[in-house]
Amino acid sequence: MSTTTETTSLLRFATAGSVDDGKSTLVGRLLHDSKSVLSDQLEAVEHASRKRGQDVPDLALLTDGLRAEREQGITIDVAYRYFATPNRRFILADTPGHVQYTRNMVTGASTAELAVVLVDARNGVVEQTRRHAAVAALLRVPHVVLAVNKMDLVDYAEPVFATIAAEFTAYATSLGLADITTIPISALAGDNVVEPSAHMDWYGGPTLLEHLETVQVAGASGDEPARFPVQYVIRPQTGEHRDYRGYAGQLASGVLRTGDTVTVQPSGRTTTVAGIDVLGTDTGIAFAPQSITVRLTDDIDISRGDLIAAGTTPLPTKDVEATVCHLHERPLRAGDKVLLKHTTRTVRAIVKEISYRIDIDTLEQRTSAQELNVNDIGHAILRTAEPLALDDYTDNRRTGSFLLIDPADGTTLTAGMAGGTLGTAVAANPEANEANEEDWV
Amino acid sequence: MTTATTPSLREESGNAFTLSHLDALEAESVHIFREVAGEFERPVILFSGGKDSIVMLHLALKAFWPAPVPFSLLHVDTGHNFPEVIDYRDRTVARHSLRLHVAHVQDFIDDGRLRERPDGTRNPLQTVPLLDAIETGKFDAVFGGGRRDEEKARAKERVFSLRDEFGAWDPRRQRPELWSLYNGKHAVGEHVRVFPLSNWTELDVWQYIERENIELPQIYYAHERDVFARDGMWLTAGDWGGPKDTETVQRRTIRYRTVGDMSCTGAVDSHAATIADVITEIAASRLTERGATRADDKMSEAAMEDRKREGYF
Repeated sequence: MSTTTETTSLLRFATAGSVDDGKSTLVGRLLHDSKSVLSDQLEAVEHASRKRGQDVPDLALLTDGLRAEREQGITIDVAYRYFATPNRRFILADTPGHVQYTRNMVTGASTAELAVVLVDARNGVVEQTRRHAAVAALLRVPHVVLAVNKMDLVDYAEPVFATIAAEFTAYATSLGLADITTIPISALAGDNVVEPSAHMDWYGGPTLLEHLETVQVAGASGDEPARFPVQYVIRPQTGEHRDYRGYAGQLASGVLRTGDTVTVQPSGRTTTVAGIDVLGTDTGIAFAPQSITVRLTDDIDISRGDLIAAGTTPLPTKDVEATVCHLHERPLRAGDKVLLKHTTRTVRAIVKEISYRIDIDTLEQRTSAQELNVNDIGHAILRTAEPLALDDYTDNRRTGSFLLIDPADGTTLTAGMAGGTLGTAVAANPEANEANEEDWV
Repeated sequence: MTTATTPSLREESGNAFTLSHLDALEAESVHIFREVAGEFERPVILFSGGKDSIVMLHLALKAFWPAPVPFSLLHVDTGHNFPEVIDYRDRTVARHSLRLHVAHVQDFIDDGRLRERPDGTRNPLQTVPLLDAIETGKFDAVFGGGRRDEEKARAKERVFSLRDEFGAWDPRRQRPELWSLYNGKHAVGEHVRVFPLSNWTELDVWQYIERENIELPQIYYAHERDVFARDGMWLTAGDWGGPKDTETVQRRTIRYRTVGDMSCTGAVDSHAATIADVITEIAASRLTERGATRADDKMSEAAMEDRKREGYF
């Protein structure tokens, strides 16, 4: 493990697959072979496995942290695991395969830059595989890896792998997934997980860990429009910084520089960046996802929930169309009054319409629906009490996403991804919409 | 701020910028602090003088620069604290003009609300004074330095973790947490525990301490101390009830990897006298910090989960 921090980047990724596919074994092997499982943890797992009458340490017990999980032998909740190699630090969202599957994978995928989908080489692409790919596509996970596991059980035969890889790649491409990598592995035997396999000379690609270490983590680009949701206004009002007034937040996308012209939404006022402080140092430049404080040349009224944007600016709207994933046992119905949390702004909203439910196995079949139940994915139309500056989720995962919250008890009900025509502002101003579209290309 | 470092701007191919892992973790934690400042009335930082709470405070200072930290601090004093740590705590509070609330376990023992345990350990006794202090102070957000890499029950903890009016954590009724949208809604009497270091590992914390040149209590570095062995760990002799007659005190060169109640926090043999030495030692260690130094987590497979359910941090 490296002790230098200069060159270490961070990759957040998610794993999807059922217990039968060997996901726990794979995760266990990644942690174990990268020397991230320490001996007291391994001892605890060995001890617990023996108590359950198992001969081999059950590496799933490394991640099943809750009493109910261990008692029932199932994984209930997303578990976050941490490991590192000399080049990269990894945050792994390990999502369970069975219980509350969609909710958990949507949660894990929401922050992931890469998703590992696991299949059993003997079974190939099955319904669940298509579902995993669909969730990754919906959540716009930039990189997907298909790990064809249990190659040892099909005699490490290339044609088996090639057939599965081709079928998956074709399907994933049809969903709009751009970067797809397929790797033949055996998590149990250790082939191509951390160490290259001695049984598959025909495979010339990287091991899974090599791929995780080298996949290009998308950085912020000056080509993307800058989006800066204001979290908090910093005004010391005393001492040497008596006149300091800065807008604190985390850059959601793009690059911001001193001198940039910016628009503040929803007011629509335009001003100029006077300075950018990165946690105490005036750097003059910042990029996503840095947490920064922005100073502006004009003293205009800006508060938490406002958006400072450069380049093309989303038009504030009260009509929100979105693909939603319902997360709670209480169904979501037309007429429900909810709170909508978008970036740093929470507003009242009403569910105008549940348009249809989407079959997650195909992402195509739409069935008309009156309500969405837990783990359902569908399309909804909402009307908010105050305007929101939403981006399309396909353009910006951070400023295109939102939560619906029950105003009565604060429960998180639904995850939303803004999409489709963005409401009345767009309809009322078609020219602006056209201009926007051109700039997005 | 004098300790601020400029993140290494690395402009890669395609005109894209990327952050180092420490900069990415720092940006995320600062975002969490500011969300709480924006959404809660009376947040408080649990500050023990341990390295994680020290890093939390450092991040909070940077998050609101040049304004002061808009939170007060809360320390649950078991009465068995290391004097070096209390000294550090008080100096830190004075230097940054912070407001410190202290809840004393001893007060609760004295008036009968808590009873001393036979083993003398006061770690589990902290929960009642903590919840009392949260209720009395009307704190609605309570920052804790817990990390998901510490312990497997913590691996499933949310960044924003709702506690009911009894301070209890129900792991099966946690709110799903997506993107970086944290839901801080809570009813009167409920509060939210917030963990800004959720995604940090022990090594990240030390690398950050090195990069930011953060001062720590000296007990984190190798020093000579009178200790005795119990449960495979070195404990410091003191008036909290150790050593027993059968245990012998010896002088050793040790350091602490975690800082808690003296009765259950063990030291490790170490010659790591500097931050760089400590980082090298951790990178090579085959034990987790809790496995190496916390007697209370060795009690059972679900020890931490059970304490958390009752309101422990």
